[in-house]
Amino acid sequence: MNSKVQNKIAIGVLYGIAGVVVLILLALVGYILVSGLPKVSWHFLTTPAKAFLKGGGIGVQLFNSFYLLILAMLISFPIALGAAIYLYEYAKDNWVTSVVRTAIEILSSLPSVVVGLFGFLFFVVKLRLGFSILSGAFALTFFNLPLLTRSIEDSLHTIDDKQREGGLALGLSRWETVTRVILPAAVPSILTGVILSAGRVFGEAAALIYTAGQSAPALNFMDWNPFNISSPLNPMRPAETLAVHIWKINSEGIMPDAKAISSGSSAVLVIAILLFNLAARYLGKRLYKRLTSA
Amino acid sequence: MFMSSDIAKPGTTPERHIVQPTDAQHPTVLSTEGLHVFYGDKEAIYEGDLKFARNQITALIGASGSGKSTFLRSLNRMNDRIATVKGRIMYRGVDINQPDIDVYEMRRRIGMVFQRPNPFAKSIYDNIAFALRLRGVTAKNKLDEIVETSLRQAALWDQVKDELDKSALALSGGQAQRLCIARAIAVKPDVLLLDEPASALDPVSTSQLEDTLLKLKQHYTIIIVTHNMQQAARISEYTAFFNQGRVLEYDTTSQIFTNPQVQVTSDYVSGNFG
Repeated sequence: MNSKVQNKIAIGVLYGIAGVVVLILLALVGYILVSGLPKVSWHFLTTPAKAFLKGGGIGVQLFNSFYLLILAMLISFPIALGAAIYLYEYAKDNWVTSVVRTAIEILSSLPSVVVGLFGFLFFVVKLRLGFSILSGAFALTFFNLPLLTRSIEDSLHTIDDKQREGGLALGLSRWETVTRVILPAAVPSILTGVILSAGRVFGEAAALIYTAGQSAPALNFMDWNPFNISSPLNPMRPAETLAVHIWKINSEGIMPDAKAISSGSSAVLVIAILLFNLAARYLGKRLYKRLTSA
Repeated sequence: MFMSSDIAKPGTTPERHIVQPTDAQHPTVLSTEGLHVFYGDKEAIYEGDLKFARNQITALIGASGSGKSTFLRSLNRMNDRIATVKGRIMYRGVDINQPDIDVYEMRRRIGMVFQRPNPFAKSIYDNIAFALRLRGVTAKNKLDEIVETSLRQAALWDQVKDELDKSALALSGGQAQRLCIARAIAVKPDVLLLDEPASALDPVSTSQLEDTLLKLKQHYTIIIVTHNMQQAARISEYTAFFNQGRVLEYDTTSQIFTNPQVQVTSDYVSGNFG
């Protein structure tokens, strides 16, 4: 067999593999959307769930998912940013750095159910935070931190070392160089990473079942005082998210339209994550264009 | 490992020939004494004692790996994190190679321009102005004035004066390099170190850059590393020839190019090596 034929076969096989991956994705997403979309309506998206009757929605769960996501990001982003800056811009290549890196790798490979159970024992029980948004946000931070740190580190890595030298040569300190030269240039890529990790956090269920809880008490959307128990903003209330809701309906849902609600919720979840991914690409490209071209 | 017998046939030419500048009109502003640079255990610079004359251009020439860039980067301590630099670097009577020197202030006096243009991902205006703002220059008219003077000195003003708020990343290579020079001189340095600033530029941009440097030497002491021997001959007053981590010959540029004393220098400047 000559090398030209070999090459053609190799290309064919590779195309085939890539095609299979795309087909699996399309089939999955297609099935979820086809079976779930008919259920999705404004009513479905805004009304609270019902435990025994038909016609419940996912309004509270949807709100919980976003609120939890924002809280988790507020906690994990500064830590991840600091860790990434330390690791990439400051740390020397020694055993301390390598211990930190190994810790991050291990943390990122922990099964999320383990993170959830740890969160239950530590935040919910030990720290007496109870099943609450705060416990969930901390658990999600554990889950999110390693991935986000990695992604910010990768973003810093894409900025040429010549930029760092340029800053230092002007008499800027290392800190000024990082904050005034490197971070602004890395913003598009950091933002992309943040949104992509938001997508993962949004769909996370296992880490939340034991921390944020599986109940969604009725909320009064007129009450924005975070200290009131029925306020949507209260971080100490239990909060079932959309992903947890899907899991719960399928394992113990007793409402008559459980299957339809599960399908509808799945479709909403998938669409939200798709939107996160598309937004990441779009915003990243747009920002990069604004920064680089005139 | 190279032996002294490799560089000179005994009895014919000297092994080293160092003539420090002694022009009273251009006193020494920067000098190195007993400079040794190590990368880990590997010694990159063995001997590099040079004096640099004020408001003159000094060229550092030599083959790749001869240590000229390492030497240059040691002068404003850009090598601090990668190499160990021993010896003294005297700048206006102060040894700046000491731990307690304010490195950031020192680098404002001894600026640097790199081989590849490295404009920041900011507007042309901010590339120059932002380091000044960090140093407390905030008055708009003052900033405008410094931006304009710096761009004029770097011979870029006429081309960019109408698009100062455009991204600097859209500039051509030659323009970007001149912006980097403008950025470096905006913080009012005393000495300007240039590490092969023209090697990524086309001949036209190179010649414009050389004109700019010739004008800039009225205000600054310039030390330039170059691979281009014609360039060294065209613009510099003094030339140092580096070979395998040592300065083998240092003299006025005309001496180095017309009457080199060391055989290796002679071979190198006449293109007769190997």
